[in-house]
Amino acid sequence: MSAVDNNDFAISAEKLTRNFADLTAVSALDLHVEKQTIYGFLGPNGSGKTTAIRLLTGLLKPTSGQVNVLGCQLPKEANKLRLQIGYMTQKFSLYDDLTVKENLQFISKIYGLTANEQKARLNELLSIHQLTKQSSQLAGSMSGGQKQRLALAAAVIHKPKLLFLDEPTSAVDPQNRREFWEQLFDLCDQGTTILVSTHYMDEAERCHKLAILENGIKRADDSPQALMSNMAAQVVEIAATDLRHVKDTLVKLPQVISAAQLGSHLRVLVKKEVSQPIALLQQHPCLSSTDTLAIVRPSLEDVFVSCTGNEAMPEQVDL
Amino acid sequence: MTTSLLRIQAIVSKELLQLSRDKMTFGMVIMIPLVQLLLFAFAINTNVRDIPVGVVDHSQTALSRVLQQTVSATGIVTFSHYYHSAKEAQAAIDRSEVRGVLIIPQDVSQRLVRHPSVGFGLPPSSKQETSRPIAQWLVDGSDTVIANSIKSLRNMPLAELLDKPANRNTATFEVTLLYNPEQRSVVNIVPGLVAVILTMTMIMFTSAAIVREQERGNMEMLITTPLAPLELMIGKIFPYIFIGAIQVSIILGLGHWLFNVPINGGLAQLALATLLFICASLVLGLMISTVAKSQLQSMQMTVFILLPSILLSGFMFPYEGMPLPAQYIAEALPATHFIRLIRGVVLRDVAVVEMSFDMLWLIGFTCIGLIVAAFRFKRTLD
Repeated sequence: MSAVDNNDFAISAEKLTRNFADLTAVSALDLHVEKQTIYGFLGPNGSGKTTAIRLLTGLLKPTSGQVNVLGCQLPKEANKLRLQIGYMTQKFSLYDDLTVKENLQFISKIYGLTANEQKARLNELLSIHQLTKQSSQLAGSMSGGQKQRLALAAAVIHKPKLLFLDEPTSAVDPQNRREFWEQLFDLCDQGTTILVSTHYMDEAERCHKLAILENGIKRADDSPQALMSNMAAQVVEIAATDLRHVKDTLVKLPQVISAAQLGSHLRVLVKKEVSQPIALLQQHPCLSSTDTLAIVRPSLEDVFVSCTGNEAMPEQVDL
Repeated sequence: MTTSLLRIQAIVSKELLQLSRDKMTFGMVIMIPLVQLLLFAFAINTNVRDIPVGVVDHSQTALSRVLQQTVSATGIVTFSHYYHSAKEAQAAIDRSEVRGVLIIPQDVSQRLVRHPSVGFGLPPSSKQETSRPIAQWLVDGSDTVIANSIKSLRNMPLAELLDKPANRNTATFEVTLLYNPEQRSVVNIVPGLVAVILTMTMIMFTSAAIVREQERGNMEMLITTPLAPLELMIGKIFPYIFIGAIQVSIILGLGHWLFNVPINGGLAQLALATLLFICASLVLGLMISTVAKSQLQSMQMTVFILLPSILLSGFMFPYEGMPLPAQYIAEALPATHFIRLIRGVVLRDVAVVEMSFDMLWLIGFTCIGLIVAAFRFKRTLD
């Protein structure tokens, strides 16, 4: 890995692979995360997001490949890295039987904050993450959103340069999710690089850059806008009767990648090589001439489907 | 170094906070020694009294009744049932109605007068006609303690049966019993109980300590922090040293006040011996903790250590009576060494340093164990 890489990128990985027995959880992952950006891993459950994060934090040793995180060569320099990164696990991993304040005090001592630093930092974190009122409440008795704010506060207590968030909002309602992302952008503005994994499309769209993972393989990576505009498919929206039947017939066409019903419309992904997608579909006997067809702007979900060839959505977006 | 101490202190105060919120565990810290001491100290008694036995009296004379009363007066047995035949009596033993039966033959008085212990001065009149036992015991020999107690009646003096002064023999040896002249088993049991209860609670606490963090998902967070394995290990065992000390105080304090167990050695010696053993047990628990995958597994392994610690350590049966392989196993258990130390300190007022082998063994076990546990503890999820 060259010195230039180390300066420009918070994370660079080449051909990163990890096998569990006969399962390849992460396969030849190339990754370059620029400093001070929010980088997203988008993928369904079991796509290797958590394994990839664990490899990048030094929690797992790679089967093969090169990883350099903040100038530390992994897994050799994993201990050196620990002071510079924050990691918010998928499952709440602070102590349920300690209060908010006790949890934060514990973590701050582990990171070696002096008593004075600790007091100031704790008050600051409690107010930023709106936990001042709950400071003497047991963590186990808090709501999902509060727990998540506490977990974030604990993960950034030592002001890490790089923050890993593994599905941080899976147990949180949309309102809390918005606020949570505002915190992330604040942290990013202050110079933190953030790597976040998610299976929510709306969340993925907020990232500066995005990698789409499926079965441990990176299918695409770019900014969400670039991914949408460079998509290898065209989106045709059809308004017709008996959409169920239309969908089942159209997906059998070789030019059609997938079709999904969205309310009263059917979204059909047609391969990019097809020059006249509307004409192609209009001719089909299952559609009548009165049905309306239109080419629409692709969404991230379309990108996801066209990249992975995955018929099903990874998870319902509940906005 | 200072950050390292800070991290250890963080773990210690976290453990104490968690323990103080876990009312059940906290209660057990007090209740286990309290209840077990009362239970064992009262229950374990190798001087068996009042064994229920029956009698088959073929003689039906005043003499046979006096014989029964004399036997009963020893306190070892209580005659609770009467049977008509030996066969009937054996059936009663079979169904555990009684543990033994005294069969008094018809010619009990003739046998008695010829009995040498009675010393009636009439030697057997011919070579064929020798003296015979005056009655027979039929005993359930499966329990050796019970059987031995009844066997001890075999040579009981019969002189008072005939209202004669006791014809005592001069003993071959004179035996002076040191430290426990009244032969109360509680004196031996209470110090041993310290070892058993500490083995149980100390290993149990720490064996679950690391596994619990894993089960609750805290470990994934801890291993991404700069916390070193040895810091975690030391922080984990430290609070339990105090808990161990509380338990020892309860056991020995109650043992002293309730059961009058002498505490001959100095408190400093006692504290030293206990501290060594507490550390060794905690470290053993930590080692289990790095092997076990769940709290259930750690419990199973604790029991696996606990049983030999009770049976082989010398708590229940003397070490000297065990076959050599069992002695080797006993030597590998911290409890064995501690039982020697604490009995020495509490009963015989020996300084711990005078029993340097057991002392050094416990110190060595603690140090090596701590390193092994820290080494086995993985900072990755592989």
